[in-house]
Amino acid sequence: MADDTDRRLLAAVQAGLPLVREPYRAVAERLGLDKADVMARLERLLASGAVRRIGAVPNHYRLGLVHNGMTVWDVADAEVDRLGAAVGALDFVTHCYRRPRALPLWPYNLFAMVHGRTEGEIDDKRSVIACLLGDDCRTSDMLPSTRILKKTGLRIGA
Amino acid sequence: MTGAPDAVDRRLINALQGGFPVVPRPFAAVAEALGLDEDDVIGRIARLVEAGILSRFGPMLDAERLGGAVCLCALAVPPERFDVVAAMLADMPAVAHNYERRHALNMWFVLATETPQGIEAAARAVEAATGLAVARFPKEREYFIGMRVEA
Repeated sequence: MADDTDRRLLAAVQAGLPLVREPYRAVAERLGLDKADVMARLERLLASGAVRRIGAVPNHYRLGLVHNGMTVWDVADAEVDRLGAAVGALDFVTHCYRRPRALPLWPYNLFAMVHGRTEGEIDDKRSVIACLLGDDCRTSDMLPSTRILKKTGLRIGA
Repeated sequence: MTGAPDAVDRRLINALQGGFPVVPRPFAAVAEALGLDEDDVIGRIARLVEAGILSRFGPMLDAERLGGAVCLCALAVPPERFDVVAAMLADMPAVAHNYERRHALNMWFVLATETPQGIEAAARAVEAATGLAVARFPKEREYFIGMRVEA
């Protein structure tokens, strides 16, 4: 679990790492910490999964990926983990989760997000998932997003 | 300058979606792997962030492993009330993202709170504010989460 110094470190870098030759030294100086301590803390947070990774967060829209579809699938509960792992392994699927059904309106228990430059591209990706699931899928749908209403991302307090 | 990413930018974006190293000169390490110059890499990332092609460059946090919680939720909003309800959610700090989607459940949002107990309170606050039932879709298992975008 993250301690107070970890949280202070994450609060300082969550908006972005300094774009300088020695970013970890710059963060350490700003927080009054030792550079080696900052690096060790980040390594530990990465190893524990509290930091998923360090890297670039692309803006899908600015890269031309203006279409996104939340594909949803109704598969047998006994098979969902096996099928979810297979769908999640497809290189174009950006998120894949098992979630509860909300019957009678919502029979779907497997969610997979796809992105594309055209509506045809997300339709094609949905078809690839449908092929992979085959007879294991009872019913499915795709909910294309039509507007981003809010996007702030995760923020933690210091 | 148009701000459009060139071939080198795209190579860099694709490479930087993996793990950025925790070493004293990480940009030099990335530059060496790609056959580029350290300062050029730093300059390109700065320009891509400035241009909004990258939303951010840094660590991606897992809210749950930091003691917080997230939950995907949905509302069926009558079309004539859609914009008013969207504005209400935009003002609620617990709402991290909100998307309009083509479905009877036409508003999909993510609640993110500092504690697991905060999710239920936030969902009830949305219900109280909108008078609409919040369908809750908590994550039961995660099979993949990444940002494998081909730039």
